[in-house]
Amino acid sequence: MKALPKDPLNILVAGVGGQGNVMLAQIMGQALVMEGFFAVVGDTFGAAQRGGSVASHIRISKDTEYSSIVPKGQADFILGMEPSETLRVMGVYANPNTQVIVNPRVVLPPTVISGADTYPDIDEVLAAIERHSSRLWIVHATEQAMNLGNRLYANTILMGATLGTGILPIGRDSVVEIYKERFADPKLYRANIEALDLGISLTREA
Amino acid sequence: MTDIDIHAPGRVELLLGNEAIARGALEAGVGFISGYPGTPSSEIIPTIAEIAKRNNIYAEWAANEKVAMEAAAGASFAGIRSMAVMKQNGINVALDFIGNLQMTGIKAGMVVLVADDPGPLSSSNEEDTRIVAKWMDFPLLEPCCAQEAKDMTKWAFEVSEQCGLICMVRTVSRIGHTRANVKLGELPEAEKKAYYKDTWNMYHPTKGIHCTVGGFDAGLHPGKIKKFATVKDLFVKAPQEFNWYTGPDEPELLIITSGVAYTYSKEALKMLKLEDKVGILKLGTTWPLPEEMVEKNLRNTDKILFVEELEPFLERNVMELAANVPSGTRHSNFHGMRSGHMRGYGDVNVDLVIDAVLKIVGGTYEPRDMTYGSEIEKLAKAAPVRPWELCPGCPYRPFFWTVKTALQIDGRDGFSLVDVGCYTLGAFNAGYWQGRTTHAMGSSLGVACGLGKLQQFGFSQPILAMVGDSTFFHASIPALVSGTWNNANFIAVVMDNSATAMTGHQPHPGLSTTVMGDTARAISIEAVCRSMGCRVEVCDPFDMEATKNIILDLLSDDSGVKVLIVRRLCELVRARIEKKPPFKMHVDPEKCIGEDCGCARLCTRVFHCPGLMWDEKAGKAMIDEVMCAGCGVCADICPKGAIIKEAA
Repeated sequence: MKALPKDPLNILVAGVGGQGNVMLAQIMGQALVMEGFFAVVGDTFGAAQRGGSVASHIRISKDTEYSSIVPKGQADFILGMEPSETLRVMGVYANPNTQVIVNPRVVLPPTVISGADTYPDIDEVLAAIERHSSRLWIVHATEQAMNLGNRLYANTILMGATLGTGILPIGRDSVVEIYKERFADPKLYRANIEALDLGISLTREA
Repeated sequence: MTDIDIHAPGRVELLLGNEAIARGALEAGVGFISGYPGTPSSEIIPTIAEIAKRNNIYAEWAANEKVAMEAAAGASFAGIRSMAVMKQNGINVALDFIGNLQMTGIKAGMVVLVADDPGPLSSSNEEDTRIVAKWMDFPLLEPCCAQEAKDMTKWAFEVSEQCGLICMVRTVSRIGHTRANVKLGELPEAEKKAYYKDTWNMYHPTKGIHCTVGGFDAGLHPGKIKKFATVKDLFVKAPQEFNWYTGPDEPELLIITSGVAYTYSKEALKMLKLEDKVGILKLGTTWPLPEEMVEKNLRNTDKILFVEELEPFLERNVMELAANVPSGTRHSNFHGMRSGHMRGYGDVNVDLVIDAVLKIVGGTYEPRDMTYGSEIEKLAKAAPVRPWELCPGCPYRPFFWTVKTALQIDGRDGFSLVDVGCYTLGAFNAGYWQGRTTHAMGSSLGVACGLGKLQQFGFSQPILAMVGDSTFFHASIPALVSGTWNNANFIAVVMDNSATAMTGHQPHPGLSTTVMGDTARAISIEAVCRSMGCRVEVCDPFDMEATKNIILDLLSDDSGVKVLIVRRLCELVRARIEKKPPFKMHVDPEKCIGEDCGCARLCTRVFHCPGLMWDEKAGKAMIDEVMCAGCGVCADICPKGAIIKEAA
């Protein structure tokens, strides 16, 4: 079992319902259990359906089970699948030592499209995230996924990017094993491994 | 979904709480499981159904919770261990039966699994079902995590069998919908054999049969009290891991807690570094209370804090018990909801427990640097609200649009009543603010039975009372019968998207496949309504013009209850089957003249399907190719015909 920098280690995956963050958090949880940790994966959400704000909470411990929701200000790492959702989650859970990955691709709510609400300036959002995190990785996951041929690979790229930072105490092998079970179609499996490795390369220290 | 029947005792798996419950039932040798889908219990029955046949189990969705409970009791009477699964509020539907069932008792172990939703995180209200256990006299187990959910579910069958009463396992969303480590146990190999054998004899007419008829029940109530009294002994022998005390011998403060509130309490003390001063009495068997254990711990302290969600259940029951505890020189100071240290609504969290503890023992806690905290909180407010929205391609969006149009044309201030399902959103922006009431399942039709009989008081506003297809079978038919028989004047709208959509597309009696994948005789909604003599119309909500004309015609018909079946498959189900959109949509930039049109951005501002975008630079509408489901409806919304649909 790898050493934990802190017990519990608190991870949040922030996004919009339909982006796949619940699935991503589940894969992280499975990998953690495979490597011998106690993992608790819970969610907080606004409206429980497509288009609502969703944050998955992952609490990792060597020897005990924690509650399913990270207490205020106690996030160690935030994986942000959407910029404004990353900021929203930081408002409650971040502290000056929180490290963050953010996918800068914006998802607009219908109220913004209809003109009833506004989305903040994206550069200001990213600057605010950078100022309030101890380390920020901007990972253009959606853009990179489109280059691979399908925006759905964005999740896998972000999974890889998380592995690349070395913050999560799991190795590439565990995730690969889970993908093997999950993607029965060999073509799909290979594409996801390619996306995973691309993600790892985006954040791994040279 | 994880296959929960791997026989690997000792192996640790990451399981959803609801999967852990299913595994617990499996380890107990459950043979029969019935329920009705809903948050936060929906996954339990499909998880078992998936592996049912190869494990000789029968799993089903019942039309509602009362029938589920009755069916499970039937299996128990014939010697098969059974479980009834109740969503949040579900047990209310079954209470009439439960009150009687507790009088006769059961035979093989019968567990009722209730899943409450403190918060509420995704329900219409937040009930605390624990009170039902006290009211109806049955043993209550409250797990604090997925592992305990599995272990308690398994043990609950033993408890039920030994006391002859149903045993309740009460979980909450934060357990059922959380994934955590679960260590698997042994799977039984016992054969399941069903046979009803009564032990009736003339000297003990109520023993051995299951009747609560009139004079027969004279012996039943005392019998139930006697049975319930045995539960105390059973709970004293409860596995030690369900009830325990942790902390100093004479704590400065004693927290008494159960369920997920225990995990918050434990963590709060760890964060405050108060574990050597404050103790925790964690209870898993919460009704009846393990009295001696509680009394012993009360004697060791004079300050007590109850940490629990929703109702002051432990608080009241422990205080009731404390009235009889010889206190010596000590005087117990109780803190909880009564004192305002805890709130009687919403879910608890670590921070709320920290606040309550510090109010009693003194001290301060800052979760993070204060300047940082106030800055980031302010910045986070810029994140836009993401309101409730119907999915792109949802058949309900064009239907609510058409209802709004038809009621405006009609001009008599008609209005709609919505019900429990995706179409609840009809009461909000997503459904153009059409719904005026929503309560329990089927209540829209019941409320319409009243509104539809007010003509003698001068009431003439038209009423559209909407229920979903699954809700129709669940609890709407009696209201339809009542309204039809009493000649109430309203339009009953059945929103038939051929799935129990909001809770995850479970099958219902209108469909031809069961949860176990067997072929079923689908029940026709039209035939049910026509059998009552109602006028029945069927429309396709994507054909907005025809739908509008049918609604207008029904609005002009004053002959009692009329039924409109709005039929179109849920888009999420359709997409899963057909794998591609029906149409490829685009906006013709020549035809869309933007703000100059005079339509005031009807498509993106008023119709506001998430698949439509507004290109600020070009000042024209556009299609969001990622979100658009290709339903083609918006092509009929645009007054200039600028939204084009082409066969995909």
